[in-house]
Amino acid sequence: MDKPPLNNIVSRIKHTSIKGELMEIVREVARKNAAVIFTKSWCCMCHSMKALLYELGASPAVYELDQHVNGTQMEWGLRALGCCPVVPVVFIGGTLVGSAEDIISLHVDGSLKHMLINAKAIWL
Amino acid sequence: MEDTSPRTDSSTDADTEDKMSNQLQGIGASDGSDKSRDQKTLRRLAQNREAARKSRLRKKAYVQQLESSRMKLTQLEQELQRARQQGIFISSSGDQSQSIGGNGALAFDVEYARWLEEHNKRINELRGAVNSHAGDGELRIIVDGVVSQHDDIFRIKGDAAKADVFHILSGMWKTPAERCFLWLGGFRSSELLKLLINQLEPLTEQQLLAINNLQQSSQQAEDALSQGMEALQQSLAETLAGSLGPTGSSGNVANYMGQMAMAMGKLGTLEGFIRQADNLRQQTLQQMHRILTTRQSARALLAISDYFSRLRALSSLWLARPRE
Repeated sequence: MDKPPLNNIVSRIKHTSIKGELMEIVREVARKNAAVIFTKSWCCMCHSMKALLYELGASPAVYELDQHVNGTQMEWGLRALGCCPVVPVVFIGGTLVGSAEDIISLHVDGSLKHMLINAKAIWL
Repeated sequence: MEDTSPRTDSSTDADTEDKMSNQLQGIGASDGSDKSRDQKTLRRLAQNREAARKSRLRKKAYVQQLESSRMKLTQLEQELQRARQQGIFISSSGDQSQSIGGNGALAFDVEYARWLEEHNKRINELRGAVNSHAGDGELRIIVDGVVSQHDDIFRIKGDAAKADVFHILSGMWKTPAERCFLWLGGFRSSELLKLLINQLEPLTEQQLLAINNLQQSSQQAEDALSQGMEALQQSLAETLAGSLGPTGSSGNVANYMGQMAMAMGKLGTLEGFIRQADNLRQQTLQQMHRILTTRQSARALLAISDYFSRLRALSSLWLARPRE
């Protein structure tokens, strides 16, 4: 088995650490808020998911990737975390919940409300 | 001098007449008296005018014929399209003019019709099992079969929405009465649950609460998606209106193209809304089956199927109604 060349290893480490940093930026935002939604100003599905969370009584922190000063970094962090589509993405209690599809599925089986209550994003 | 007037020379053959005509055509003809040349020229000119007029009339008649044929062709194409959508499968030979979108729509209509036929068979099987008081085990198998069939059509719809989102959104693949209740390319789960609650008794208190919660949840999700769609419509309208204004300058042309590009992007998100609406329908049905017992699930599926059958029957009655 050949060892990969040195410069290849270095570039992969750099690449990984940058990815890691970007993901950390996103996780940091998620930790600071009971509920977070990453959106883009023109994204209408984001509008829908915000409406749903508001309807449940939550006031998620809204990070508009195309307006925020760190928007690009956060977008790449979200992509690195595997978020596709990259908006809308919701975190509750610091945990990645997912995209619109996940939100709707969890809402229908009642889990979403419980997650919001546990994270103290809403109160009964 | 030879009298070459055609009036007196009636017995001349064609060749000679042509030669004489050719001679007369020259403006600087030096033969014949001025008077006879004028008469010949005048006659020639009159003949030319007449020929030209007849030619114009013929051309006009031909063009009119083409136009009316074209209109008839368009009408026939529309009728054909309508007939196809109503499930009459007509093979399209050499139909290269139809876009990929059009073919996707027809393909889906056909698949949906096939699915409906299969679905009705399974429902009849289920009905038989329920009426003959079959055991839970047997019921479960049939119920699971129907549920998996529902999943099939959602998958087929999803593919069709990718190919032609507007066809799915239009509901043209459903009958008219069904279209009355169309929401984002399908039925409203919240309304369906409202209808079912009465059909599903007896329900335990726990079940009743769960079904009511489910109905509320699906309604909340429907409202959220509707709000997103409204935002999309508004945003699309604003984008297109923004490109209105005084035309001419190159800046405005660049603006126009940029705004069209933006509008195209927005149209692209429609498919996502259909997908989430179908996701909501699927999740709601799944959750409903989790709440209900096997027997209740069987009755629910029968009730849903009967309801839509009635809507379709209503559509047929409507379409066949006597008109003055």
